[in-house]
Amino acid sequence: MSVVGKKLQPTIFEMSRPGRGGGKIPHPPADALDRIPASARRATALALPELSEPEVVRHYVNLSALNYSVDAGFYPLGSCTMKYNPKLNEWAARLPGFAGLHPMAPDAVAQGTLQLLFELEEMLAEISGMAAVTLQPAAGAQGELTGILMIRAYHRSRGDLERTEVLVPDSSHGTNPATASMAGFKTITIPSAPDGGVDLDAFRAALGPKTAAIMITNPSTLGLFESRVGELLEATHAAGALAYMDGANLNAILGRFRPGQAGFDVMHFNTHKTFSTPHGGGGPGSGPVGVREVLVPFLPGPRVLCEPDGSFRLEREGERASSIGRVRSFFGSTGVLVRAYAYLRAHGGTGLREVTDDAVLAANYMKARLAGTFAIPFERACKHEFVASAAEIKHRTGVRTLDIAKRLIDKGYHPPTIYFPLTVEEGMLIEPTETETLETLDEFIAALIEIAHEAETEPELVTSAPHAAPVRRLDEATAARQPNLRWRGMTGIERPCGN
Amino acid sequence: MPYGPHAADDRARMLETIGIDSVDRLFDDIPEALRSGPLRLDPPEPELELSARLVALASRNRTDLASFLGAGAYRHWTPAAVDQMLLRGEWYTAYTPYQPEVSQGTLQSIYEYQSLIAELTEMDVVSASHYDGGAATAEAALMTCRATGRERLLVSRGIHPHYRRTLETYAEGAGLRVDEVPLVADGPLAGTTDLAALGAMLAEGTPVAGVVAANPNVVGLLEDMVRVGELAHDAGALFVHVIEPVSLAVLATPGETGADIACGEGQPLGIPLQYGGPYLGIVACREPLVRQIPGRLVGLTRDLDGQRAFVMTMRAREQDIRREKAASNICTNQALLALAAAIYLAAIGPHGLRDVAALGAARATVLEAALAAAGAPRIHAGPYLNEFAVRVPDARRVHAALLDRGVLAGIPLADLLPDDPTQAEGLLVCTTEVTTPAEITAFADALRAELAGGAA
Repeated sequence: MSVVGKKLQPTIFEMSRPGRGGGKIPHPPADALDRIPASARRATALALPELSEPEVVRHYVNLSALNYSVDAGFYPLGSCTMKYNPKLNEWAARLPGFAGLHPMAPDAVAQGTLQLLFELEEMLAEISGMAAVTLQPAAGAQGELTGILMIRAYHRSRGDLERTEVLVPDSSHGTNPATASMAGFKTITIPSAPDGGVDLDAFRAALGPKTAAIMITNPSTLGLFESRVGELLEATHAAGALAYMDGANLNAILGRFRPGQAGFDVMHFNTHKTFSTPHGGGGPGSGPVGVREVLVPFLPGPRVLCEPDGSFRLEREGERASSIGRVRSFFGSTGVLVRAYAYLRAHGGTGLREVTDDAVLAANYMKARLAGTFAIPFERACKHEFVASAAEIKHRTGVRTLDIAKRLIDKGYHPPTIYFPLTVEEGMLIEPTETETLETLDEFIAALIEIAHEAETEPELVTSAPHAAPVRRLDEATAARQPNLRWRGMTGIERPCGN
Repeated sequence: MPYGPHAADDRARMLETIGIDSVDRLFDDIPEALRSGPLRLDPPEPELELSARLVALASRNRTDLASFLGAGAYRHWTPAAVDQMLLRGEWYTAYTPYQPEVSQGTLQSIYEYQSLIAELTEMDVVSASHYDGGAATAEAALMTCRATGRERLLVSRGIHPHYRRTLETYAEGAGLRVDEVPLVADGPLAGTTDLAALGAMLAEGTPVAGVVAANPNVVGLLEDMVRVGELAHDAGALFVHVIEPVSLAVLATPGETGADIACGEGQPLGIPLQYGGPYLGIVACREPLVRQIPGRLVGLTRDLDGQRAFVMTMRAREQDIRREKAASNICTNQALLALAAAIYLAAIGPHGLRDVAALGAARATVLEAALAAAGAPRIHAGPYLNEFAVRVPDARRVHAALLDRGVLAGIPLADLLPDDPTQAEGLLVCTTEVTTPAEITAFADALRAELAGGAA
């Protein structure tokens, strides 16, 4: 059983036939381009595919059927928070008043959107315990860059130019060290302690006058709350450094822990994780950033301001000289933020806490039920996700976590995140989210237990999986060694098998 | 909880399995002093009331105006089929295609997007997407520094000021130097990149990694991109051509201008304005730079049975593998917007795209004549496609007054380019295929009345 279709599609280039399509745009006058000098014109014909609208629709409908999605089934992908994406939010973002608003429109024309953005900033500030929020960053990684550049500007504003290092735990997301590099810092990696938390002694040893910031994911990428967070923050501040919290796992702590109140100086939100904005097959996301008072002057521009008369306006260019500047073309991913706003209003403060409680309850339930079959490296209560390990199964049967993941596809599920964090051997990071029924959780648990059994009795069945997907395992080595990154020519002869 | 799944006794059954009496036990590891009290947010709002609130907010925005506003984001007609396809949950509720066996739809759509943009730009390699035009331009500039080992960038003041600011933010973090190339102040080349100044800047001081220029430029003028590229290459620098994708149906492509990297804003390809995002950052390059391009790439390969299939590839450049040595920190990208652009291009076709560009130009010719007749002639002499600047005294006041008459008269140059006093007295206006003759008449009539003394 698989919940994806099996019919592979030709590319749109192979489907193209001259003369198809049209009827969308009136024909321009024949002399429309006569005033453009020949030297400035495109010399070669534009060889885009020509298709009729019915063909276009079938192509994209049939392609979409090859995708696994939250709307079709359970997607327990750890660290990604694949919760249900409410349909009201899709409708709201498409309201003509929101969708048709130009980013350079004068403030007087944009009062509805500006009000929504202002209120959203206030809600996120309350949730995070921060003094102020910028909605600009396009994704979590850009939020990280924004946050680290603000920290850099903060130290420089104090004449402190010696802080060149950023400390990150070894279990961190790859974006953390990559961000530190982009902002001109050297990354120092801190090992984890046996309990999965940051090794406090190693941390203290690395901390010093060269430390600009620490970047901590809390709960960690192992799904564990960093219970020594108080000591970490105290030591960080005592050393004159600032603390960044990667908010990727915020779904586990809504209404339970407010990072700003606890002492973090800056954090980002992933609206596409915590606040249900769709992942879109890889994006768009949105990565608002909250800061404590000391970093407010450095927020990127423009900010949304509320005037004494209750109207809203965008900050003008150069209005706040201390700002780190602009991080993107226009205000922000407003279409995504409309969805996040609708989600927050639908839940309110009490609903958000229930989100967290149910997400954490579901994860602990699954962990308890799987404990007899898979190794659970960290037995204490997890938050919204947990790590299970197939290391023992591998040693006994040769079946790896990768194989188990592929076999889950045959049973109708998207696999969990595998081999992340790297600190757990043959790890699977399982995140059920709060929007799945108990029946769904039970069925998935049964499938995993069944696969563990298959690993003992029919290991080839597992190691050769998937069998029910439209394609089998791919030759990724050749793809990287001899990259084919674009189609050339319009009517290729190479079509997928069966077509 | 509005989207919660639990029946009356589900939570109790789960707690019993875990062996605890209350969900609170699962949060005992949060130090007591650091626990949060209840969030001070409004109570949950039922869907009926929330939908009314959202409609009320949306209707506070004015999108009924006759709009001539462009300046980096453009109104276009999008075939209805595009959004119908995007509304399929199979697209928008899927994650990044890390499990290729159940993500062939997304993977093939990205491969096709890469191929379509490669054809449009005539470049070899296209990344799977970036955040928007500004971030894409910043990433393209950083790429020239990695490729050349040099640390100085020359950026034309003809690129969008927001792109310049974004690039500066990124460059500041990376410790790079950015120098701005001025525009010609007057004469037949007024408003275009000053090539003599560019030549001089390339010849002196620190070696330059990349030269960044846009076509059309920020005031709508066509630049001599071939010459910009030659000057850059003569100095051993790379040439970054900032594009507007619809215009490439009719204007010289980055492939033709000799660009090493093309970048720009993909919003005009079927993506709604929505106050600035989510948009689509385009980055494309020539083959030899493929290992330097940031972001995801999808390649064609085969499965164990020899079936054709698609997969994310060359991942050793990316942050989850390379960590601090990655080409960029980008992770989440704009896949759904790349899909929108691909469906748009498939639906509109090559002739349709050319018609979009040419009709916008035809409308602009009409607008230019109408505004000149109303007392606002063009400022610059050089060729343009569908966006141009007109001389209007006291442009900010006139712009505000026209808004009261239902016309969004582009943008005052003084607001767009506050750092350039030579560009103060005018409006930047734009037409596309959706601009109607009636809107043009309304704009010209309102402007004539306003310039004549403000009587309605």
